[in-house]
Amino acid sequence: MFAEALEDILKDVSAPAAVRSIEAGQSPALLWAAIADAGFLELLASEENGGAGLALPDLYPVLTMLGAHAVPVPFAQTAAARVLLTPDQVPTGMLTFAPVVRRLANGSISCPLVPFGLIADHVLAQEEDRLYLLPAKDAVCEPTGVHGSLTATLSWRGDSGVAAAAAPGVIATFGAAIHSALIAGGMQRVFGMTLQYANDRAQFGKSIGKFQAIQHQISVAAEHVAASSIAAESAFQGVGPVPELLAAAIAKSRTSEAVPLVASIAHAVHGAIGVTEEYDLQLYTRRLHEWRMSHGAESYWNRVVGRAVIASDTSLVSDFVRTACASRPAFA
Amino acid sequence: MSELLSQFRLARLPDEAEAFRSDVKAFLRAEMPPAPADVRSRSWMGFSAEFSKKMAERGWVGLTLPREYGGAQLDAFSRFVLVEELLVSGAPVSAHWIADRQSGPLILKYGSEAQRRAYLPKICAAQAFFCIGMSEPNSGSDLASVGTRATKVAQGWRLSGRKIWTTNAPHCHYMIALVRTSGTAEDRHRGLSQFIVDLSLPGVTVRPIHDLAGDAHFSEVFFDDVLLTDDALIGNEGSGWEQVTAELAFERSGPERIYSSIILLDHWIACLRRSADGEAHQETIGRLAVHLATLRNMSITVTSQLVRGASPIVEAALVKDIGTEFEQSIPAIIESAIAGDPDVDIDPDLYRTVAYLSHISPTFSLRGGTREILRGMIARGLGLR
Ligand SMILES: Cc1cc2nc3c(=O)[nH]c(=O)nc-3n(C[C@H](O)[C@H](O)[C@H](O)COP(=O)(O)OP(=O)(O)OC[C@H]3O[C@@H](n4cnc5c(N)ncnc54)[C@H](O)[C@@H]3O)c2cc1C
Repeated sequence: MFAEALEDILKDVSAPAAVRSIEAGQSPALLWAAIADAGFLELLASEENGGAGLALPDLYPVLTMLGAHAVPVPFAQTAAARVLLTPDQVPTGMLTFAPVVRRLANGSISCPLVPFGLIADHVLAQEEDRLYLLPAKDAVCEPTGVHGSLTATLSWRGDSGVAAAAAPGVIATFGAAIHSALIAGGMQRVFGMTLQYANDRAQFGKSIGKFQAIQHQISVAAEHVAASSIAAESAFQGVGPVPELLAAAIAKSRTSEAVPLVASIAHAVHGAIGVTEEYDLQLYTRRLHEWRMSHGAESYWNRVVGRAVIASDTSLVSDFVRTACASRPAFA
Repeated sequence: MSELLSQFRLARLPDEAEAFRSDVKAFLRAEMPPAPADVRSRSWMGFSAEFSKKMAERGWVGLTLPREYGGAQLDAFSRFVLVEELLVSGAPVSAHWIADRQSGPLILKYGSEAQRRAYLPKICAAQAFFCIGMSEPNSGSDLASVGTRATKVAQGWRLSGRKIWTTNAPHCHYMIALVRTSGTAEDRHRGLSQFIVDLSLPGVTVRPIHDLAGDAHFSEVFFDDVLLTDDALIGNEGSGWEQVTAELAFERSGPERIYSSIILLDHWIACLRRSADGEAHQETIGRLAVHLATLRNMSITVTSQLVRGASPIVEAALVKDIGTEFEQSIPAIIESAIAGDPDVDIDPDLYRTVAYLSHISPTFSLRGGTREILRGMIARGLGLR
């Protein structure tokens, strides 16, 4: 329901032309206003706080929609902050999550590779059980230099942020879960484009999708898109307001691992046109790689899962995967 | 997104199925014959008529068949749980496996009432074991080209030809065979029919074939003018292709296609816990657990389609292909991990288990339809062919 309503808006305001212009440095204000004015930022806020009180399972299709439209603003993080902060702490404007915080010797804070760091108004960062709400206007902002990317490293002199209490690891977990859903949505879009292209493009007198080598590559991509979709969806199953640690870990790992495979098959099938600026495929595949690395790639989350497997008291890994994610709330 | 991929939404096992799991676990604690990991990793190739009888006494053979035919009338979710627990413990289930998984449901769906009454109660009592007679020496992937032929005669049918790779044939009472009843191999799908062949009939010869691991799971089966009565035909004459396609969805949709190497993985993890060597391998273990969790969810999704009464042929093919890749990756990864340092001793049972699975794992992506054939099916499901 919310997903469809949001999609109607995104079709206009986050069309590929809008995404390109924001990547090129134009203001995202119009796009942001369209989302904010429709009330979507309050999706997760509780009903008594004027929100929609959306449950995690219903959030999943909204987030995949963002991925499928390459939405170039931190809508997911801003909406998610409503369950981490009290209403009076929630700032106006665009808020994003910092994957990590580094405290430097001189007391200043550095947040490397913050998604949407170039355009966000606020950064929510976590140090153990403290959340810091850091205003971007006070930060030194270093772009990554990656073409088209809105990710940046932000640093603050001293404690310039407002602090709140939170269970350790909340930002990392929520950030990982959000990015797994973005990847799933982005991949579904990339897959749809690839399938369409295979039917449309003709060589040697027939559409390239009729060649077995192409069919098999696309079938393999389909398997990994299906696996990623189910893995990401399973991160959004808990009854709590925040995804559970192991479910998010599994989701982020599985989707991240599929990224290079699905992106490379999509490009292989598209031939040269796929890497051109004018063709939309690159808007998604560039993001897929960025999202794979944001909040930890599979190499990081696999260690989290592996440590839990080895430490668990079950002798069957099937019991672990069945029960570990289903019944262990990460943040009681 | 494509129609096919939109089917892959998370489904859950219902609470009743989870409650059933504890019964199964208790049964396995009591009845599972003790065996080392390399023997247990034979999983659904392990034969024990006695173990199957014990399961039948519980009502767990023919689990999904209706009560009136001796079944437990449980749904595919319960069967998923039963199959999962049997496989992860490495129970020797091959005696009843094929009858439970595909022959029974096939007879229920396409058989006459007389056939249902004749076979289903015996299947549920673990008194009738079945095998699958599809492949032939010249018909592997190209199944529609089968040449074994049944010719109409006064008393019924005369069957001649030869099947191959028939799993468990020497121990089975019956084969459901796909044969040609009219036309020629050029007629492809037309003119194929399925018969229930009593393997004790005169003219049937079974010759076991040994595999590279020293086992003889599969066989050649010869039919020399075997006389079948009219009631051996199952379903309609000429409908064999449609029936066999539906049967293959049962064959491909189960958790078998993700758990073939699981005994090895569990054994390795147990060894790591003992050796405190876990940290070096936690990323690898984590990755395998991540894949297992996801594949299991995909498999439950396909099961939920079966429960809804759909025939998820392409979905099952998709899960089977990605599932067998996982099963095959496990022995390859563990070989490298445990031989990564010659100074560290390898548990002897682990060594035998990884060797067995490395040798046999090529079959995972062959049995039930090869990787290349499945990818072709997925492509068709996506509208590319
Ligand atoms: C352990 C095991 C148990 C089995 N049990 C049974 C059983 O109980 N009953 C039964 O009937 N069968 C059984 N089989 C047989 C199995 O179904 C066949 O092995 C399988 O269908 C492949 O046939 P083939 O071995 O003749 O290989 P072929 O069909 O000759 O194929 C050889 C190679 O060519 C490829 N190939 C063939 N055609 C194409 C194509 N059009 N496009 C691309 N590539 C192609 C295949 O993918 C494969 O890689 C079993 C097999 C094994 C390994």
